[in-house]
This record gives sequence, structure tokens and C-alpha cells, in this order.
Amino acid sequence: MKKNTGFIPDETYLKDIDAAALSGGLFEPLPSEEKQTDVINRPSVSYWENARAKLKADPLAMGGFMIIAIMIALAVFGPMMRPYAYDEQNYSIANQTPSADHWFGTDKFGRDLFVRVAYGARISLTVGMAAAAINMAVGVIYGGISGFVGGRTDMLMMRIVDIIMAVPSLLYIILVMVFLGAHMHSIIIALCFTYWLGTARIVRAQILSIKSQDFVLAAKVIGETDSKILFRHLIPNSMGPIIVTVTFLIPQAIFYEAFLSFIGIGIAVPVASWGTLANDSLSNMNTYPHLMLFPALAISLTIFAFNFIGDGLRDALDPRLKR
Amino acid sequence: MAKYILKRLAAAGISMLVLVTATFFLMHAVPGSPFSPGEQRNVPPKVLENLRSKYGLDLPVWKQYLNYMDNLFHGNLGYSFKKLNYTVNELITSGFPASAVVGALAILFALAVGIPLGITSALKRGGWMDWFSMILATVGISMPIFIIAILLMFVFSMKLQILPIYGYGTASHLVIPVICLAFSPIAYITRLMRSSMLEVLRQDYIRSTRARGVPELMVIAKHGVRNSILPVVTYIGPLIAILLTGSFVVERLFMIPGIGRYFVTAVSERDYSVILGITIFYGAFIMLCTLLVDVAYAIIDPRVKFTD
Repeated sequence: MKKNTGFIPDETYLKDIDAAALSGGLFEPLPSEEKQTDVINRPSVSYWENARAKLKADPLAMGGFMIIAIMIALAVFGPMMRPYAYDEQNYSIANQTPSADHWFGTDKFGRDLFVRVAYGARISLTVGMAAAAINMAVGVIYGGISGFVGGRTDMLMMRIVDIIMAVPSLLYIILVMVFLGAHMHSIIIALCFTYWLGTARIVRAQILSIKSQDFVLAAKVIGETDSKILFRHLIPNSMGPIIVTVTFLIPQAIFYEAFLSFIGIGIAVPVASWGTLANDSLSNMNTYPHLMLFPALAISLTIFAFNFIGDGLRDALDPRLKR
Repeated sequence: MAKYILKRLAAAGISMLVLVTATFFLMHAVPGSPFSPGEQRNVPPKVLENLRSKYGLDLPVWKQYLNYMDNLFHGNLGYSFKKLNYTVNELITSGFPASAVVGALAILFALAVGIPLGITSALKRGGWMDWFSMILATVGISMPIFIIAILLMFVFSMKLQILPIYGYGTASHLVIPVICLAFSPIAYITRLMRSSMLEVLRQDYIRSTRARGVPELMVIAKHGVRNSILPVVTYIGPLIAILLTGSFVVERLFMIPGIGRYFVTAVSERDYSVILGITIFYGAFIMLCTLLVDVAYAIIDPRVKFTD
């Protein structure tokens, strides 16, 4: 790019004017304190720095992050901390209450509940994050293209979204589960069928609202290709709402996994998902309530934590809520 | 108005067609049909062949699809593969009353609790009612329905023994299922009502009504509630879909003979014709309810224009 060749007053020129004006007695020099009032002495805070600071000040969101960190630690290290496998049966120690040997007790086959809950954390977190990541990718690309291209393409793409959305997603999820069978990856795939719709709508709305702004025009003027404008300018600028949506997708995915496993079409035995564990404990819940307590606690806490993080992020990333 | 309804009906029709087609081909693409030799080892092959031709499974798929669509337009959803001599229509008509009773009661209960709770927490912002509703909302949104159901079952049926554990027939059987189903809707309705009430109370017309000396109760009831209840009305549409999720859990746990339980059983037994039929029924029912709610909303709120 060529350099700006407009008239720029240099130092000496300004000094000459000053001297001329002062010698005529027309002007007085400004006291130095008053000159300082125009100086911007607050460090400039970028959007993301501001968001991070707001998030750090939100105790609920930070609590949520802490719970998720504990859950991730449980998922990664939990099964290694105890000398039992998640499917190791031992009838001599069936249905034990929590003790030093078995922190959360054992189930009716004598399997260690702590290890099973930790294993469940692996499944739930994997399902939640994988589903959210895939859906974010699909939703962002679909919504981005729809909003950016506009016109008939947009109409058609959004009608497709409307058509799929009119039916409760649970029906599609169950159908895909019947088709694919009870595995972890089939839950992720099933969730992918309908999950991206919401993200796509939000991304499209964002793109529509920012695509007529001047920086996009400027990018066009200097000859950026359309895909570069979309992926380098428009999508990064709508990242705030996207992140918030995706944070709320994670607990939903975890909920669906637990729900499907609970009604018996999610993850098959002997793999321990939180939903399966809750379902297993039903039959003798009256005598051994601890079998229900720990998985239920794990599910609720995790969903709780993600919801808090989502709320915190929404407040932190909304530019209209500036301090 | 008529144009709007027609447009919406057409859109719903296309959605249904997509759902039916997707469901049909998914169910037919599942490896292993219920009458394939692999699945029925003790049945002579000749019998299996007869069965397959009785259900029309020996025809090419496109022909089966056309037959199915033909039957569907005549209101016939076919026979169940697993329940002997049962048509899907019979299953739906026998299950619908129970599902409808529990679902309708849950909606009424959720509205009856959620709306007053939302109003009081908006009026006494920061008070204990507000805190209570905030906690209720957080719990209601975070706790999966099956955990709420199990907790209530554990406390009221097993420990206190004041309500039956499961079954259907008397009013006492309905208490826990209805509370379970209504739990998370109550949470949503309370939050919705609270925020829209706060918004309305800030409006000028509320201030001028107060300035005219209208009693506070009238201000709230006549001007506040009427204007702030609209978001709750729109929520009733999606609420019906949410109750669907709940009904699968609640009907299975509490042994309520409703459609949700048949559906879950059909899914685990791989009774394809029942899955197909009930999915279509659910889809149509929910779309109809959403449409009715939207039209009702447009009638209640004169600001809504029938453009889209």
C-alpha cells in the first residue's frame, strides 16, 4: 500500500506558529496540568481482555470452572487412582456402602462405584465436548455461508433449518440411536443431526448484523476474497455469541446422553455412563441410596457448572453490557 | 390471518413429510428386520416368508414407502411388529388419554405455580421470594428430570410413604409424575415472567396508571400481568415438546400406560412400525400445538403482524 502523503505539520513548523502567536501576546501558554487532561492514561482494554476480567470477577462462573476442572481431573485420573477396573466384578463385596477401600461403595456386582463414576465422567465430558465442537463447526459454517451469501441461498438454507427444527430434536436423536445402536459415538452423531441448527441461526443473525459495516466494505475494497472476509473478518467478530451458545450446548449434550442411557437406549452395559449408573441403581434404591446419590450428584453438578459458566460468559462477552 | 395460517400449515406439512420420509428410510435401513432369519431362529423359514409378505416387507422399499404413505393419508399407521394383533393406531388411542391427562395437568400446574412466583419475585426484587425462585430456577434447569423423579419417589414414596411409588388410576398416583414434569417448566416460566414483569413495570403507562391513583393491585393485575404474560404464552409451544422428553422418563418410571412408555418399549424392542407410527404422531401433534399457540399469541397481542 502507498503511504499517506497528506500534509503533516512537523515539530518545527508548530514551534514557529507557537512562537509567533506568543510573541504577539495574543495567547498564553497552557499550564502543563491542563495539557495532561487530554492524555488517555487508562490502558486500552481489548474486547477479550475486558471479557476475561469480567469473567474473573464473577464468582458463580469461576465456581463453575472449578467444578469442571475437578470433573476433568476425575475423568482423567480417577480410574487410575483406585486399583479396580470399571467392569471388575466381585460378588463377595457386592452392595457395600462407602468405605476407605471403596470411596463411593460398590454396586450389586461388587464393582467399585468411584471408578465407575469417574469412567462416566469420561463419557459425559467426551460426549458433551465432542458434540459441542462438531456442532459449532457445522453451525458456524452453515450459518456463516447463509448469512454472508444472502438472497435465495439464505432463504433456502434457512427454510431447511426451519423444517428440521419444527420437529422436536429428541425424536431425531432417538431415531438415529435406533439406527446406529447403543454406543458413545452414535450418541455424538445423533446429537449432530439437530444440534447445529441453533448455532447456525445465531451465527447467521450475527453475520447479517455486521456484514454491512465499514470494515467489511474496506476489506472488499482492498480485494479480499469472499471466503477470507467470511472466515477472517465476519466469524471472528461474531465469536462472542458463538462461544456462549456452544457453552450451553455442552450441558445439553451431557443431559441427552444421561437421559438416553437412563431410558435404556444410550450407552450399553457394562460401560458406565452416569445415566446408566442412575438407571442401574433404581431397582434397589430404597436399600442402597448411595448408588443413586453419586451419579445423580455428578450429573447435576456438571450441568450446573456449565450453565453457570454459560451465564458468566454471556454477561462477559456481551458488548452492550460494558462497564 | 387466513393466509398466515395457511402458510404455517404448508410449512408444517413439508416438515412432516421430511420427518416421515427420514423416519421411514432410517427404520428400513436398520440392519436386520424383525422377521429376518437371523433374528428369529426358532421359526421355520417358510413362516418367516409368510410373515414378511403379510407385512409387505418383501416388496421393494420404494413400493413399501408408497404403500405406507397411502395408508398414512387414510389415517392407518399399520400393525405392530412385536405386539400381536395390535395396530399402531390402537396403541396410540389406548395410550393417549393417560399421556394427555398427565401432560395437561403438568402444564396447568406449571402455569399456576410459575406465573405467581414470577410476579412476586419481580415485585419484591431481591426479597426472599426472589432468591427462592432464583434457586428453584437454577435447580430446575440443571437437574435432569429423571433425577428429580427419583428424588421425589425416594422421599415421598419410600421414606415418607405417603404417595404410591408407581401405577396409574387414582389421583394420588398422579401427584409425583405431574410435579416432576412441571419442575423445569416452572423454573423457566418463573424466570420468563419475572424478567418480562420487570420490563413492563418500567414502562411509562404503568407510571401514569399509578399517577392516576389506580389501586396498586389493579395496576399489577390489569396492566402489569396482561402485558407481561405474552412471553409465557409463546413458551407453551416449546413446553409441549419438553413434556415429551419428560413423558418418556416419567411414564417409564411410574408405570403410566401412556404413549411415551410404548415408545420407549418399542425403541428397546426395535418394533419399527410402532417407532415410525408414534414418531409421526408426536411430530404432527407437536406441530399442531405450536401452530395453535402461535395463532393464539397473534390474536392476544395486536402488535404481532401476520407477515412472516
